[in-house]
Amino acid sequence: MAFVVLRHRDILDIKKLEVYRQNGGFEAFQNAVKNLKPDGVTQVVKDSGLRGRGGAGFPTGMKWSFIDSKNWPHYVVANADESEPGTFKDREIMESNPFQFLEGVALACYAVGANSAYIYLRGEFWQLAGFLDEKINELNDAGLLGAKLFNTNYSLNIYTHLGAGAYICGEETALLESLEGKRGQPRVRPPFPPAVGLYNKPTIVNNVETLTNVPLIIQNGAAWYKSLGTPDSAGVKVFSLSGRVRKPGNYELPFGATFRQLIYEHGGGVLDGRPVKAIMPAGASSSLILVDEKALDTPMDYASVRTLGSDLGSASIIVIDDTVSIDWVIQKTIHFFKHESCGKCTPCREGTYWMMNIAERAHNGRKDPADVELLHAVARQMQGMCLCALGEFATMSVVTGIDRFPSDFKNPVNLQEKIV
Amino acid sequence: MSLLQKYPAEVKQILSKYPADHKQSAVMPLLYLAQRENGYITGSAMQDIAETLDMTQTEVAAVVGFYTLYLDKKEGKYRMQVCTDLPCALRGADKFLQDLCGNLGIKVGETTSDGLVTIEAVMCLAACDKAPMFQIQSRDGLEYHEDMTVDKTMELVAALAKSGREVA
Repeated sequence: MAFVVLRHRDILDIKKLEVYRQNGGFEAFQNAVKNLKPDGVTQVVKDSGLRGRGGAGFPTGMKWSFIDSKNWPHYVVANADESEPGTFKDREIMESNPFQFLEGVALACYAVGANSAYIYLRGEFWQLAGFLDEKINELNDAGLLGAKLFNTNYSLNIYTHLGAGAYICGEETALLESLEGKRGQPRVRPPFPPAVGLYNKPTIVNNVETLTNVPLIIQNGAAWYKSLGTPDSAGVKVFSLSGRVRKPGNYELPFGATFRQLIYEHGGGVLDGRPVKAIMPAGASSSLILVDEKALDTPMDYASVRTLGSDLGSASIIVIDDTVSIDWVIQKTIHFFKHESCGKCTPCREGTYWMMNIAERAHNGRKDPADVELLHAVARQMQGMCLCALGEFATMSVVTGIDRFPSDFKNPVNLQEKIV
Repeated sequence: MSLLQKYPAEVKQILSKYPADHKQSAVMPLLYLAQRENGYITGSAMQDIAETLDMTQTEVAAVVGFYTLYLDKKEGKYRMQVCTDLPCALRGADKFLQDLCGNLGIKVGETTSDGLVTIEAVMCLAACDKAPMFQIQSRDGLEYHEDMTVDKTMELVAALAKSGREVA
């Protein structure tokens, strides 16, 4: 099957504008601006079943339809703050298929009536931001961005904006604060960004991969896209596969492919032929899946992964084999969230700090069964108490790790001393 | 000399990205520009940026303090940041960092005696399939080094010492 998002794997030079255009690039945008009403574009995206690829899986067309049409101007912000441990798909998309992503941004702007869009990139994507600036300049020079496009009254500019190292800025309201020149701390919601967003104006924030799907959806139609994937989760997904596998990397597959297919057919199986012990399907924010044959044969779509007591999220599949102890895994994830908590909400700021102290002293030799209960209790008390999802995510691996792998907290395994 | 005087074209280009009544949005790119000057952001640069953007110096300092890529004090010329988050650690990043520190004769967080390299452990850099990996930040920019070994890294350090080039 031809690639939809990672199209550079079929068409090597697609990062060149003339090659992208030879393959139908910017026809969808041009046609939309000249011949379609903005609502018509939104309707096609709605009908396609496209859901947000940043992790929440919210229906994209529905989000666009929430834009407040009584308050102007409107903005579109592409969330390129990719920072979830285990996620490295947006970087490949922007580096290798930049024009399809930019055309997706342009289509989103047209659909919601925005004349300016910002691409918020994590600060570490310094070189990538320079690369995208060049690509945006090429589009301006080619008359595909700028004033009065295609002899209509529609004008559009796209700008890049670099963050400076803060995971929380991937949370959409923290991102908007950061883009306004402040510390990246989440806002109280509601109101949501389609009503009150950047500079208090209606704003659509979409993930890079989500937007990169849009040009082919407009080009080929909603029915085509819906025919890929499953009824609940339409289309294709870029799965970032990492951890203890032979061939880590990005794999674009239709929703509904199984964990077994991803890990064994595409990822080459587990290092040293060991069995899979646990899977984190949504990066460090995952509830840990206790892996058995049934779990391996579970389709990777939003609804099916939920039956395993987890969530697909951004589909950052971290594979853990039987040489790794789960008490060490959660120590790693807690350390991450402790570092990245923005400090705004007390349960998250204090909770991640205390979880880290407890997890580290356990890992450093203090074996007190009461500590495991304490860790579990601190995590449970954070749940549902924070403004944004970070506080919630910080508890997922802790609670499910202790509940589903209790023996690892009594007698940690460590067959792989050179790693852990 | 202020940033505006020294880099008028860059400052103008940065400000042109944002609506005129929301120029505070330019604080992050201007801080990167200021960092280029000394390798870190000085108090007078913060004051300068605050005046340019109609912010208080405290508001600018709050932004500097919040984000990890802004420095408010001098570090090694090359800030080498190794990702040791879970996916990289599952592929040997902790051991890589430990061995690298051993070879350089410093601990995590320290700078080599010649002021060349500061070693740090960082959070996920979105390169989990290419571990062990690190980024090098210097005055002018930032670059990734992926699928690394300790030997390859020591060669890189020697080359950087010899060439004195900035990364970008």
